[in-house]
Amino acid sequence: MGGSPVLDGTLSLDGFNASAMALVKRWKEIEVSDPLPDWTWKPCCKMGVPSEVEGYLALEGVYRSCGESQIEERGNFDDADIVGDDTWVQSSSDNVHVYDFHVVYSFSYKVPVLYFQGHHAGGQLLTLDEVKERLPSHSLKVLSESKWAFITQEEHPHLSRPWFTLHPCGTRDWMKLLLEETEVADKEQSLQYLPAWLSVVGQAAGLKIPLDLHCSS
Amino acid sequence: MAAPYDEAAWSEEAARRVWGGAVPLQVHLHDADVTALPPPPPFPTLGPRIGYLPLLIPVIKAHFSNTLPPGVDTVWFEYKGLPLKWYVPIGVLFDLLCADPERPWNLIVHFRGYPSEILSPCEGEDSVKWTYMNSLKEATFIITGNSKSVMNMSQADQIALWESVMKVNLDGYKNVSTRLKLGPFEEDGLVQTPSVERQQSSDEPESPGSGKPCRVPVRLYVRSVQEDLEDIEDAIPLSDWESVSYINRPFEIRKVEGRSYITLEHALQTLLPEFFSSKPAIRADDSQHVEALDSPPDDSDITNSSRSSQEVEQASVSLREADIAKKAKVKLVRVQGIELDMDIPFLWVANNLKNPEYYLHISVYVGKRKQ
Repeated sequence: MGGSPVLDGTLSLDGFNASAMALVKRWKEIEVSDPLPDWTWKPCCKMGVPSEVEGYLALEGVYRSCGESQIEERGNFDDADIVGDDTWVQSSSDNVHVYDFHVVYSFSYKVPVLYFQGHHAGGQLLTLDEVKERLPSHSLKVLSESKWAFITQEEHPHLSRPWFTLHPCGTRDWMKLLLEETEVADKEQSLQYLPAWLSVVGQAAGLKIPLDLHCSS
Repeated sequence: MAAPYDEAAWSEEAARRVWGGAVPLQVHLHDADVTALPPPPPFPTLGPRIGYLPLLIPVIKAHFSNTLPPGVDTVWFEYKGLPLKWYVPIGVLFDLLCADPERPWNLIVHFRGYPSEILSPCEGEDSVKWTYMNSLKEATFIITGNSKSVMNMSQADQIALWESVMKVNLDGYKNVSTRLKLGPFEEDGLVQTPSVERQQSSDEPESPGSGKPCRVPVRLYVRSVQEDLEDIEDAIPLSDWESVSYINRPFEIRKVEGRSYITLEHALQTLLPEFFSSKPAIRADDSQHVEALDSPPDDSDITNSSRSSQEVEQASVSLREADIAKKAKVKLVRVQGIELDMDIPFLWVANNLKNPEYYLHISVYVGKRKQ
């Protein structure tokens, strides 16, 4: 029913659901080095009734501390200076941002779409500039050099609130190329779609995806 | 003697009515934004159905300019406490939020305190243009399988197209839009698509003979009202957007068994199965009944088959009852301010009542039991 990743880089709804389940399972199996939370499946709710077929993937509570690099730079100092400096730690709490990532299926483009948002430690939403400021340099490079990667702010399809999103328009084309390069068996291609896709979009959104996710268990 | 049905003439008439449709508005300045007494009178204006609220800001601002506080304006609109989504066409907002059409429609305009947790940012005309073009690209992708016909538009054409929408100029719009070759939708699932790009691209064409069904861009806005609602005017006003289910999902055109055309009801059944189709549990019982009657073929074959068909019939009756019970949930279906009958040909609706970005916006009121 619709979309064949092997032929044209798209994904059917069934394919999305299957790939999502596989990703959730695989994520739990691998050693995730960063203190990253688990991906969960969230069913879509219509009129308060959770759907049995439609849902999206959520990775919530990803902490990004921007004070980390500062700690590394201060490696020259005595450990005592850093450990004993409670006020320094407290004052840098504003450098801790919390991110939520959602992977939603687009019926229009027949591909997954990444939605994300960030909060200050105090709960206030981050602006696009604030998000971009904290992106690692290679993410910014991807965003500026790639014609398909640009972040916009749009209404989340299921949550009625504005979230940031990576526009889906080029996804089909580059996924087709990416899947052609991999030597995964046809049957596996559908299941491997999301991990492969995530490894690419993750780069643009500053989300580090462990390499182990792509290896079969 | 009655005039023969002239499809082209009717379509032309429908387009004129859709483009000519406007919602009479009465715009009130938010109390906190009033800096001079007496407070200014509300501003009466017309909101084109196919237009967007931010496009009215210049003329509204001019009316209230004497009484606005100094500083940067962040304009947003509100209806009965609900911040209005600026990227939804005015006609759709009206059809969805005013169960009983309020004429004029009383809105409050704010110049401060933009609710950025609820509304994505709007930088006036540019934001609306971006939203329009983005929706057009998405609709094009849905109809043809790629966005090439929009991406390949000349700069001049893109500008002309947007200007025609902004100024509600149907003739100007038709000049450019016909070149996009996005339709009309046909019952056999064929649609005209630009052929030149086909050879150049490696994309799978969604054109005649390719085997892929044609898709219709649809945006559904499902609002729940009290289940026992008799008069739509008694519906409780919406207080938040969480009470509305927004479904951006294309309808795939497929021939329906035993039907000469696809009805609106069938389209809604496909897009909103929760409110129309039977629960999977009933289907399982149905097949179980048939399987249980499996017996070796002999003289009693006829009895068996008539018995099995009876069982199936009973199951179908209960299916139909369930259908009716579910159908009763849909209270109202509105497109371009018109309350539509379920039997109306869906593709006629899509071809003639769609918006300039080629999307068909449908407001659906559904009766929901209080939990």
